[in-house]
Amino acid sequence: MPNTPNSFRTGADERGHFGIFGGRYVAETLMPLILDLEKAYNEAKVDPEFQGELKSLATHYAGRPSPLYYAKRFTTHLGGAKVYLKREELNHTGSHKINNVLGQVLLAKRMGKTRVIAETGAGQHGVATATACALFDIPCVVFMGALDVDRQAPNVARMNMLGAEVRPVRAGAATLKDAMNEALRDWVATCETTFYCIGTVAGPHPYPTMVRDFQCVIGEETREQMMEAEGRLPDTLVACIGGGSNAMGLFHPFLDDPGVRIIGVEAAGHGIETGQHAASLTGGRPGVLHGNLTYLLQDKEGQITEAHSISAGLDYPGIGPEHSWLKENGRVEYVSATDDEAVEAFQLLCKLEGIIPALESAHAVAHVMKLAPTLPKDNLLVMNLSGRGDKDVPQIAARLGMKV
Amino acid sequence: MSRIERRFAKLAADKRAGLVAYISAGDPDAALGYQILKGLPGVGADLIELGMPFTDPMADGPSVQLAGQRALKAGITVDATFDMVKRFRKETGDDDTPILLMGYYNLVYQRGPEKFCKEAAAAGVDGFILVDLPPEEVEALKPYAAAAGIDTVLLTAPTTDDKRLPAVLKHSAGFVYFVSVLGITGTKAATEDSVRMHVERIKRHTSLPVGVGFGIKTPEQAAIVARHADAVVVGSAIVDRVKVALDDEGRPKGDLVAGVLAFVKSLAEGVRNVRKV
Repeated sequence: MPNTPNSFRTGADERGHFGIFGGRYVAETLMPLILDLEKAYNEAKVDPEFQGELKSLATHYAGRPSPLYYAKRFTTHLGGAKVYLKREELNHTGSHKINNVLGQVLLAKRMGKTRVIAETGAGQHGVATATACALFDIPCVVFMGALDVDRQAPNVARMNMLGAEVRPVRAGAATLKDAMNEALRDWVATCETTFYCIGTVAGPHPYPTMVRDFQCVIGEETREQMMEAEGRLPDTLVACIGGGSNAMGLFHPFLDDPGVRIIGVEAAGHGIETGQHAASLTGGRPGVLHGNLTYLLQDKEGQITEAHSISAGLDYPGIGPEHSWLKENGRVEYVSATDDEAVEAFQLLCKLEGIIPALESAHAVAHVMKLAPTLPKDNLLVMNLSGRGDKDVPQIAARLGMKV
Repeated sequence: MSRIERRFAKLAADKRAGLVAYISAGDPDAALGYQILKGLPGVGADLIELGMPFTDPMADGPSVQLAGQRALKAGITVDATFDMVKRFRKETGDDDTPILLMGYYNLVYQRGPEKFCKEAAAAGVDGFILVDLPPEEVEALKPYAAAAGIDTVLLTAPTTDDKRLPAVLKHSAGFVYFVSVLGITGTKAATEDSVRMHVERIKRHTSLPVGVGFGIKTPEQAAIVARHADAVVVGSAIVDRVKVALDDEGRPKGDLVAGVLAFVKSLAEGVRNVRKV
């Protein structure tokens, strides 16, 4: 029986560890900068002025709170749990990514940094970063795998329009992992003036904790909204997981509520059994990459293997270290959905609710389609609709043989 | 006294800096990579850094990335790397030239730090330089390395200020590696003033020898750094000699090994021509 902690919400420890996971596995050149960042963040976190500015931006610029919407037709169709959608796709820039980016870019300003870099997969984090940098008048460079540049063309155009420079990365499989390698290589050369705005709850400490804190607004709002709508907490939470920031933002405020069942959905690509997937927790094991110890897709030696997912935002062989810890202590269940299931779910939500979900979020929709029918009608299920699917329209249209 | 300590003592007695030659293990393949390794001491490499190829070398520039990719494509594993060192010690009878493994921590972590250290020591490895294992995380490895008689060489950078430097030095054994520029391997070079200033600064805190690397590409640059450092590390420029000796299909054109070794010889001459006062 694993030791159950008194609280699941106290991590990371002062060295950035969640159990064995997390840490600061970076080159010495970056270490002093990461310590500076940690100090600056700890000060900002308790500074009412910083929090006030962030809150004001969240409300008046990003459009928070996002609605908690009872999806009646979807619920009726599935014939089980009462399904609510947390509408993060309605945020400015079209996903939950803006929550984190506004926090980090405010922090960059506060630290006197004059340039911001970011990595992006689907382009949602890149667009959010480019947006915040336009707002705060800071030069922005976004690293993006060349394959993703092709499959997420609308987002590349958006970043360019917002004044950011998009640098396609051709190394490896030319996806998110390679973009992150290249962002880290840029940062090590420019760290004295450049702020690295990481898009998910991964990387060296303090990023996993800091990004989680900025995303927790999702779960905190959900608590209040559900209390208002139903007078009690939800029974089930579902969110998709690449690096895991939208999921962590929804889950974290509920971790110490034992009655809330929490489920993360990884991308199973062509199927876990084919080896062509992006499900680090289901099909990987602990290792060290991109500054943290976490579950990774890798071979016997420890060479990192290529992830596969139809969704560029989930196409990453790692996952945030806190998710690894929550898997090992059993608090969160981790499952997966395939490319085909996600595409089917994408279409269903379009037709039943008039909502085009991001392909990433469609993985969560796919799991809700499996899970909700098995649950009683009074089970309150919240799914995080983390992003909108406008960016995926060309890709899905091509897959379905539609003319655009 | 470890093999690394003995080598630096000898260099000090000879009043000169040493050349640390970096190659990627098994680049461009196991056979040619071994021939290069075997030839390095003969052309003046005082210490050898053997890169363990890794899929995601985040601190490396294009030259070392490509070298690692060539080796991975040739099927080079950790076991193959250990075998190369073992064979080197056995066939050459060279018991003096230190060999350090350079790379990224995941390969060590997957084998288990204790097992990795024991196997490396048994193969004849003398030191580790692990780019992504700063003082904050090195405790996971260092006790096992020390028990196996392997020196853990830590890196310092221009960003490592006087306040932090003692923490880095406390954990470093054999020597300390000064990353002379902000950035990845094989790009820009530091100025002589900057190298001198930083080496003097580090030496105020430690009696460990100081090796200086990153961006050093020519015998002339190596000679300049040799005026101030105890050892000069060259990597990208050496593995580029492998690259230029391969055709588009990755097959060697002419005598690849001789080309690489001739270049290392010119670097060694650059370093050896500088006498310390």
